[in-house]
Amino acid sequence: MLAFAIRRIAASIPILLISSFVVFLLASLSGNPLDELLFRNPPPPPEVIALETERLRLDEPLLERYWLWLTGLFTGDFGPSVHSTLDIGAELTRRFIVTMRLIALAMLVAVVLAVVVGVVSAVKQYSKTDYTATFLGFLFLAMPSFWLAILLKQAGIDFNDAVGQQVIYTIGASSVIEPDGFWAKVADTAGHMVLPTISLALISYAAWSRYQRASMLEVMDSDYVRLARAKGLSNRRVMVRHALRNALIPLTTVTALDLAAIISGAVVTETVFQWRGMGDLLLTAIRDNDTYVVMAWLLVTATVVILFNLIADLLYAVLDPRIRYA
Amino acid sequence: MPESPARPSAPAAGPTAPAPEREFTVAERSQFHLVRHRFLQHRLAVVSLGVLVALVLLAYVGGALWKYEPGQFTPDNSQPPSWDHPFGTDAVGKDQFAQVLRGTQISLQIAVLVALFSTLVGTIWGAVAGYFGRGVDTVMMRVSDLILTLPLLAVAAMLAHHFGGSWWLISLVIAGLYWAYVSRVSRGVVLSLREKEFIEAAKALGASNTRIILRHLVPNALGSIIVNATILVAIAILLETALSYLGFGVRPPDTSLGLLVSEAQTALTTRPWLFYFPGLFIILIALTINFIGDGLRDALDPRQTKVRA
Repeated sequence: MLAFAIRRIAASIPILLISSFVVFLLASLSGNPLDELLFRNPPPPPEVIALETERLRLDEPLLERYWLWLTGLFTGDFGPSVHSTLDIGAELTRRFIVTMRLIALAMLVAVVLAVVVGVVSAVKQYSKTDYTATFLGFLFLAMPSFWLAILLKQAGIDFNDAVGQQVIYTIGASSVIEPDGFWAKVADTAGHMVLPTISLALISYAAWSRYQRASMLEVMDSDYVRLARAKGLSNRRVMVRHALRNALIPLTTVTALDLAAIISGAVVTETVFQWRGMGDLLLTAIRDNDTYVVMAWLLVTATVVILFNLIADLLYAVLDPRIRYA
Repeated sequence: MPESPARPSAPAAGPTAPAPEREFTVAERSQFHLVRHRFLQHRLAVVSLGVLVALVLLAYVGGALWKYEPGQFTPDNSQPPSWDHPFGTDAVGKDQFAQVLRGTQISLQIAVLVALFSTLVGTIWGAVAGYFGRGVDTVMMRVSDLILTLPLLAVAAMLAHHFGGSWWLISLVIAGLYWAYVSRVSRGVVLSLREKEFIEAAKALGASNTRIILRHLVPNALGSIIVNATILVAIAILLETALSYLGFGVRPPDTSLGLLVSEAQTALTTRPWLFYFPGLFIILIALTINFIGDGLRDALDPRQTKVRA
């Protein structure tokens, strides 16, 4: 299994390299980082522009710039930002933690919700519960994530107004003045995460619960489940040990494949709740034509997606002993 | 249900004379009739189709007939919904009903163009890769994988920031990323079809590769492709509105449903009607398209209904 993991990581390195090159081309060609400086009024002296051109490596040819960026990565240098004081590596790390907290928790909530809803729907097929769950699933599938997030945010604000004090946090990833003490900080962060997590999880769970329902129905119809029943096992044991365990396998793949979509969803959710996370970093960088920040962002997310898919493949083998990676 | 019979040999009575009405007349049913029959039995899909057609008519015909132009300033500022302004007006007096209809037009146009374009490119790409296999397959699918590893929204935002503005450029940007998903589906279908006997027969008859792909593989994969394209319209609507919400999609003075929600979010407490109507239209469009896709799936591939609800 270790050999398999190493081989998979090795195989994904060329993909990362080529995709980083393609994105580098797109990002470099899609806007001039000096725009902000050039259109400033009064215009800055030509020396300043020349200095900036050199600092942003714009005087080098495109391939040379890519090579400098690539080799710089090994020394932990992500390249120069349009904002000369910004250290991309440090900023990205800080934002990455903020965003991954949200994504991890939302995915956990969404998976649990999807499994519970999917299994209940399958076991009680064609019941009122099933139809309600199916309808809700389709509704959340059709709902734009930002619309739901804005609604939840407004509901939080209304609730705070009704109670007369700040119970639910609706802006930011943590309070501007962070409270003292470790536990107070944890509580503060958790309070800020409630609404974004709910909105991201609700958007993500819908498709997964459909998969879970379909795979559970398929498994419940299989011979080994019938055999387990014939052996006289309790309904609970049949469902949990024999049916559910096998029905979980497709979901691991779907979850892993959807990670890129959830990252996109997180960008939108963060924007609604005004978090200073990865989403804000990316959108600001795109607006400023900040090539190297966009590159760092895409590199980190692509790596996370590839690693996550690897973990899903390994999980596959744990859930289904028939699959062996030699 | 009568099996679709073999085409009757040329009627002796001539093509114009109708066949005599007998107790056991077997009417010929084409594939199209069978599919239509099965689709019409899916009640939710039929209702959804009706709602969607009504929405499209409302957007295009209603939008043309409505007394206010989109973007036109009326003397009524911040009016709640009334007979004169069914969806109310915004802070500068723009009629929200006209705006929403215009936004629906733009959002639908983008979504349909994305679905058409990415289906066309993705289907052929996947079919070629799946049919030739080996090196061609590896290279072509790595290109698809490359696109699939990138968070769609990020790359779309980057490209749209540069090219953006007009609705068809945004469609091309989204489609330029989405065909990779379609190519995966189409490759999967073609891989299983490739080994079938009728492909072997076509090869034995000396059909060229182009002919086999276009005349034999693609038509047989058409069911999955159509279902996929339908669902793509719903996905594209959601992506376009998200892009416009973030400020990288359709830009003022033109409008889209996402842009309308974005403009309304700051006034949610004072002018809630501005926020709810465009959102409801997005949900209604995406929901009905998903249901239609579901009905089409059941109609085009009845084998799948065993597992699905």
